[in-house]
Amino acid sequence: MPAGMMSALALRLGAWPRARRRVIGRLAEAWLLPILALGAALLLFGGFVAASGADPADAAALIWRGAFGTWFSWQNTLQKASPLLLTGLAMALPARAGLMVIGGEGALVLGGLACAVIGASLAGWGESASAALFAQATMLAGGMAAGALWLMIPGALRQWRGVNETISSLLLNTIAIAVMNQLVEGPLRDPASLNKPSTPPLSPALMLGHVPGLSVHVGLAFGLVLCLGAGVLMQHTRFGFSAGVNSGNPRAALMVGIGVGRLVLIACALAGACAGLAGAVEVAAVQGSATASLAAGYGYSGILVAFLARHNPFAIIPVAILLGGIEASDGLLQRHLDLPDATVAVLQGFVFVAVLAAETFSGRLSQWFGARHG
Amino acid sequence: MSLGPSFSRRTLLGMASGAAAGALAFSQRARAAGALEVGFLYVGSRDDYGYNQAHAEGAAAVKKMAGVKVLEEERVPETVDVVKSMDSMIELDGASLLFPTSFGYYNPFVLQEAKKYSKVQFRHCGGLWVEKDPKNAGSYFGYIDECQYLSGIVAGHMSKTKKLGFVAAKPIPQVLRNINAFTLGAQLVDPSITTTVIFTGDWSMPVKEAEATNALADQGIDVVTCHVDGPKVTIQTAESRGIYTCGYHVDQAKLAPKGYLTGAEWNWATVYQNFVAEMQAGKPLPNFVRGGLREGIVKTSPYGAMVPAAARAQTDAVKAKLVAGDYVIFKGPVADNTGKQVIPPGTSHGQTDIWLEKMDWLASGVVGKT
Repeated sequence: MPAGMMSALALRLGAWPRARRRVIGRLAEAWLLPILALGAALLLFGGFVAASGADPADAAALIWRGAFGTWFSWQNTLQKASPLLLTGLAMALPARAGLMVIGGEGALVLGGLACAVIGASLAGWGESASAALFAQATMLAGGMAAGALWLMIPGALRQWRGVNETISSLLLNTIAIAVMNQLVEGPLRDPASLNKPSTPPLSPALMLGHVPGLSVHVGLAFGLVLCLGAGVLMQHTRFGFSAGVNSGNPRAALMVGIGVGRLVLIACALAGACAGLAGAVEVAAVQGSATASLAAGYGYSGILVAFLARHNPFAIIPVAILLGGIEASDGLLQRHLDLPDATVAVLQGFVFVAVLAAETFSGRLSQWFGARHG
Repeated sequence: MSLGPSFSRRTLLGMASGAAAGALAFSQRARAAGALEVGFLYVGSRDDYGYNQAHAEGAAAVKKMAGVKVLEEERVPETVDVVKSMDSMIELDGASLLFPTSFGYYNPFVLQEAKKYSKVQFRHCGGLWVEKDPKNAGSYFGYIDECQYLSGIVAGHMSKTKKLGFVAAKPIPQVLRNINAFTLGAQLVDPSITTTVIFTGDWSMPVKEAEATNALADQGIDVVTCHVDGPKVTIQTAESRGIYTCGYHVDQAKLAPKGYLTGAEWNWATVYQNFVAEMQAGKPLPNFVRGGLREGIVKTSPYGAMVPAAARAQTDAVKAKLVAGDYVIFKGPVADNTGKQVIPPGTSHGQTDIWLEKMDWLASGVVGKT
């Protein structure tokens, strides 16, 4: 927006009550800053593409086509976004309570493993539709429980032993992946999986299907519902408010009588359940068994998603779709412009840095709106 | 306020339709030529000096053929991502022959796609196509343990300490077969030779691969080879430690001019060019392709200058027999490294024997556990 228009806008706003101007300012901040950051990232990326010898306009057209240009691309984008919705929540929920837990990858892997083990032991349940549904629910619940228990570890360590939760959750990722590999290559290995060690495959009747009308698995629906639910939880309930207080000032939270220990554990458990569900869906809708392929990095991408969404569960939805779209266009960029795979990682990196840089402007816009004619 | 959004929306729409039109023109240009669109999917980087580069070199050979357009995607994970990448190559680019080259792509992903797109041909590297699988799918692989056996003979001649090293990813049949072949080859020269194996746990673990190579060198091992996706780290680390190396997947002589003896390489160009030529001729593609030195699916790196004539002579003699098809690597008696006899005297397991594809033992003389 040109500067002239901005000041004209501010003039008009000047007639409004101050409180409403603050709200407008905050909204402008929530939307304008990320959009400006995105624009800056795209410009930088254009420079990068030109430097690698391709035409930025071609690249932009291909990204559009691969991400949103056709119905096929949309489905591809939504598919890539669906695990990110859940792993984004795994980062965002504890962050709202003041904890930087980055253990989504580990919780995802163990959730997937739990789902595969439960699913294999319920193989006989596939015979009737209602029993299969019950078995699927048990598998997903098992995955969520495994993830929840896993991420409660860094929460508890932080709360009662003063261990930095970021470091402990990061290290727990490594442990979770090692545990999964050990079990999948050892006691849980299907003897028929010769060159790709994996658990016994789920019976096809227990596999999860697609969202009706789309070629996207039901993980998308789970992710959307949980993002909306978590948004309501964090923005409109006492729990969410308490989490906000704890994040702002843990001492104050204790002073006003918030059960901080419980709060932290619940936030971590919810986060772990989301990541565990993502893993369970990977097994029950995609892989059909637990293998080393479970550790595909969705947990780490979720960190990026949550930061871009500023840990707002509602905002995770558009952000995951945006990043899903960028990833969905990866193939076209590689195939048509002969750019390396790292290209989209560069774009994601620019987006991440630009959004973080834009964060430093937060607070200034609402001040600017509020200060005029105050 | 009222002007702003509508203006920007129109601009955005204009940009979007322009982009879509551009993209459409792009795909039409590609299709207008009537070329056969062939897609390659790699799990790692195309220039990893290893597994993926070997396939990319094969793809480069296909690019040179007339009437073919090659589509490549690297670093495609073994998740729903590979399904979407294949979908995208088929739906957006019109690919009609796909080579998903990573082992983990086959089941369930390639099988699913083959059922979904019955007019598209899928040929997968390393999978085991069986009769009940879709007819438009198939698998190909090479008996690269033949080359590892030859590397072992060279290593046996070059080692002064009689201790060889092997950096391996996972104790799965394909890897164990290479370790055993390498060791058996070296033991042709001297039956007392041992091979110490270190498993890193995954296909691409550069830090662990470097640590493993250093640990092997520290133990007085003087020839190292490996079976990981990218041998670059192992080869370079060994070179910096001043010990010999045998390569894997592709020729790594450039990485270790002083210590590179020879190596076991894929020759995917032959396989890919054959498939494409048959497709162009309108012939049905084979579903199951396997072969070794005889079929030209694998090859050995040229000998390094330090390899003496005696070593070359013995290796060349065995190679000639393998090429002729009258040499068996896994013939009894062979004991495993716990002392149990795994191949009784008089029993031979030729290359095509399925028994070898289930290998779960390490030969006598290998230091390590599966």
